[in-house]
Amino acid sequence: MFLNEIIIAGFGGQGILSAGRLLAYAGMLEDKEVSFLPSYGPEMRGGTANCMVVISEQAIASPVLNSCSALIVMNNPSLEKFENWVKPGGVIITDSSMVHTKTKRTDIKVFEIPATQLANEFGNKTYSNIYLLGKLINETGCVKPENFEKALYGILSKKRHYMIPEEMEVLKVGMNY
Amino acid sequence: MGQKLLMKGNEVIAEAAIRAGCRHYFGYPITPQTELMHYMAKKLPKIGGVFMQAESEVAAINMVYGAASTGKRVMTSSSSPGISLKQEGISYISGAQLPAVIVNIMRGGPGLGGIQPSQSDYFQATKGGGHGDYHMVVLAPASVQELYDMTVEAFNIADRYRIMTMILGDGVLGQMMEVVNFRDEEKNETFNKSWAANGHENKREHNMITSIHLDPAVLEQWNIGFQNKYKLISENEQRYELYNCEDAEIILVAYGSVARICKGVIKEAAEQGIKLGLIRPITLFPFPVKGFEKVMDIPKAFLTVEMSAGQMVEDVRLTVNGRKPVYFTGRMGGMIPTVNNIMTKVMEIKENNK
Repeated sequence: MFLNEIIIAGFGGQGILSAGRLLAYAGMLEDKEVSFLPSYGPEMRGGTANCMVVISEQAIASPVLNSCSALIVMNNPSLEKFENWVKPGGVIITDSSMVHTKTKRTDIKVFEIPATQLANEFGNKTYSNIYLLGKLINETGCVKPENFEKALYGILSKKRHYMIPEEMEVLKVGMNY
Repeated sequence: MGQKLLMKGNEVIAEAAIRAGCRHYFGYPITPQTELMHYMAKKLPKIGGVFMQAESEVAAINMVYGAASTGKRVMTSSSSPGISLKQEGISYISGAQLPAVIVNIMRGGPGLGGIQPSQSDYFQATKGGGHGDYHMVVLAPASVQELYDMTVEAFNIADRYRIMTMILGDGVLGQMMEVVNFRDEEKNETFNKSWAANGHENKREHNMITSIHLDPAVLEQWNIGFQNKYKLISENEQRYELYNCEDAEIILVAYGSVARICKGVIKEAAEQGIKLGLIRPITLFPFPVKGFEKVMDIPKAFLTVEMSAGQMVEDVRLTVNGRKPVYFTGRMGGMIPTVNNIMTKVMEIKENNK
């Protein structure tokens, strides 16, 4: 059964919530059931931020997760907080420019991508989340890359649409990293 | 089928209100419902409506009182501490028999509490947080689509019975995004509002909107009228969802986002060979007694799950009235019950009812 329960976590400002919204939007375009639950309040303004995304073929029981099939982490505290939430056989993807500790889990797949460094080298540090989403999409098949592109067009304001070809380039780098 | 959109709960309530014909909104910002206000602030002035950020919650609810007196569809929204401030106005509006819609996106209390989701305002919402023998109709949606459908419905119920209707949500529902379908054109019922104080141009007797009746005999009659109205509403408007209740060993009782978590519990329990069901009250006032009667003979016990110290469980006990054991589990202060929390209680109940 197709069920992706995804947690994305890091600092406010790293594009955590945008990443989650993009996945949910792309899932909607595939006629899947989707939910997106952000952390809110002071956390959004520089503290830790996280969101929970469910993409499923069946009606979603709860948007509130207590475990997940895939985890993207963009800082150390988030790895500590969520690493034990990942179900055996699941996936952890870390931004290794920001996360310097290693997970103790051995029953899951771990991918370390220096996303912040890659984004800085590319020339736009706001793309770091896209590298990680690329890996997620490649590993889980939660949404198709072409629908992710449509989601970018759907969510970004028109004045930012010029960035989308670059972002898709970055996504592909992440997918194949 | 209309547009299919991925939207945040709070914004969907605002859009639904606009589509239901609400052109008057008065409020004061508070997390976790502020996006509702933002949406109204952006949209209402463009479509000839009135958006006003009042100087306080007390002012906002009294602006609602004024607008409702003219027969216009009007809304206010807040979160728990702000709703406490509005209680005086709610009692007056209820006393004056005016239709209006109020939204409470609950957060943890008491006092200023926190900003994380909670259901600890159930008593306040259903038993009358203000003074006097009044009730609001209280609707408890559990998904973004239901936030839409029930907001539209809230306006119809309010007008149908000349009563305040509350949408009781929580931080999870307000903040989450799900896919919502808007109908192309909202079928808004039209209502006779010959009672409204909207200018008579000397063509009719003037209408009086008031909640003061100093003669106790008159006030009693007025109250009897209220109680008859609540009885009628209870007959006509009870809403609930029965989920997986056929031959359930234990039936869970939960509303709003906790009901969603309970559906996850039911799935998990089924994998362990335990059959659980769920009664999800959709109207909290009137409490859906009819739903309970349909399944009363089925389970060994009922388990109420809330994000509170146990408030709705009192109505469950009154309804079950000793016929089956009623248990409770919950979390407080903004903590959300986990599948494990609920499963632990389920196992304990199974042990007690062998």
